[in-house]
Amino acid sequence: MKDVSFGQYYPVDSFVHKVDPRLKILFLIGYIVAIFLAKNFYGLAVCAFVLLLVILFSRVPILKVLRAVKGILFLVIFTAALNILFNRSEEVYWAGPAVYWRWKIFSVTQGGIVVSLFLVARLILLVTLSSMLTYTTTPVALTDGLESLLTPLKWMHIPVYVLADVMSIALRFIPELSAQTERIADAQKSRGASLDSGGPVKRVKAFVPVLVPLFLAAFRIADDLGEAMESRCYMSGRTRTKYKKMHFTWRDLLVFLLLGGMIAGVVLLRIYIGGIL
Amino acid sequence: MTAISFRDVSYAYDEEGFRIEHLNTEIEEGEFLAVLGHNGSGKSTLARLMNGLLLADSGTVEVFGVPLTEKTLYDARRQVGVVFQNPDNQTVASIVEDDVAFGAENIGLPREEIGRRIEFALSAVGMEKYRNATVSRLSGGQKQRIAIAGVLALKPKVLVLDESTAMLDPRGRHEIMDVVTKLNREEHITVVLITHFMEEALLADRAIVMNRGEIAMQGTPQDIFERHEELLTYNLALPRIGEICKKLQAGGLSVPDTLDIDCLAEAIGRLLNE
Repeated sequence: MKDVSFGQYYPVDSFVHKVDPRLKILFLIGYIVAIFLAKNFYGLAVCAFVLLLVILFSRVPILKVLRAVKGILFLVIFTAALNILFNRSEEVYWAGPAVYWRWKIFSVTQGGIVVSLFLVARLILLVTLSSMLTYTTTPVALTDGLESLLTPLKWMHIPVYVLADVMSIALRFIPELSAQTERIADAQKSRGASLDSGGPVKRVKAFVPVLVPLFLAAFRIADDLGEAMESRCYMSGRTRTKYKKMHFTWRDLLVFLLLGGMIAGVVLLRIYIGGIL
Repeated sequence: MTAISFRDVSYAYDEEGFRIEHLNTEIEEGEFLAVLGHNGSGKSTLARLMNGLLLADSGTVEVFGVPLTEKTLYDARRQVGVVFQNPDNQTVASIVEDDVAFGAENIGLPREEIGRRIEFALSAVGMEKYRNATVSRLSGGQKQRIAIAGVLALKPKVLVLDESTAMLDPRGRHEIMDVVTKLNREEHITVVLITHFMEEALLADRAIVMNRGEIAMQGTPQDIFERHEELLTYNLALPRIGEICKKLQAGGLSVPDTLDIDCLAEAIGRLLNE
């Protein structure tokens, strides 16, 4: 079985693990804002530094972190390629010709390389920090945090806790469903289905015999889980108590200051440094 | 006191025939009952009728004297905990302790009490070391023990296991049976063990054999295994140890009818000495 890391909790005891889940969610949102506020590499460097701190203080092994990036490798390469090929800027950032190669609408320019590097860096920072959130926060904590942050919606009679439960159960079943997918794929392969050859369209089509039983399996899991939950006195609409309590500590204050500092730094760099490099 | 009683209970999934027909039985508090039956005999339906996942079409199911209806089923579920078959599909949370807490949270217990219950439930199933473990990394037997702990956190008086060992390897089955017998003997929890493994039924005080939604046989496990030819007509085979006894007897050796391995070993030992 492949090790499914995305969205999965990594159980160690660390500074980051102990931070209030609500703050972690806000931190991620703040981080995304900072990444998009950054107009140059200096701003991104600040974000990268913060990410490094987070990884360092989370005690999640670097290999595990890299695995999350590996998951979006295709997207990264795709983004980079598109931006390099279609960027026609004539700006010069270093010694040498501004345009290296040009054919019809395609070109490779210094500007294109710089911009695509910038976008790739953004993408990697974003995905890595998001995966740090799920590595260091249990789905239950994440759910409780989300539920608490969405309290205003409760006043509008939107059943926030149900949404939060749905989310945490979805995260919980990622490994089960991925194992199931592999089992079904193997079963279909052993009956002569070829899933790994042919062009993209053919491959997608070949995947249908995997998807149909997978959906059935998902419904089956939902049925079983529903019965098990009801048997343990779950009833939607009833007030539940929470075993895990969230409280603000000195750690959270530090994290809050770090977030504020990062956003301020990025904004200042945006104002005082004009160019991207 | 009677824990659960069935009075002329019938239940059908669809019009094609009754899954449970005019069933009458009583389960006494503290009893260890085994329910045997092949697939489709209605034994899983029985489990679901005990905690109101299904409500009887006719007749009444009483849990500690209270008839099960839409209104009473929530309280009944606090008293009757059901553990199901598939070890992968019963846990709600990724972390053991969060999952065990789920039921206790649902009934609105205060935090400190939930903490105590997690401790109690995990030690009752011998999983106290795994409190902070990730559920998906546990073995099948361990997952089922967590599922039992999740039910125990509600402090039920009755524990129903609906083929909870069917998907486990022999070792996992053994783990579960150890836990269940211990809960019955030490915590005095009434146990209803639904299974198609005859060996497991041996541990029970009483056994029921289900066939086509009716109780076909009833008695102590030993009584029932004595009638092994009748069992075959309900598509149930004798445990291997019982078969060995029958074969030895057919071969002309004078061994007693037993399902106890030590007893048989002793008998064979005696024969060898002679």
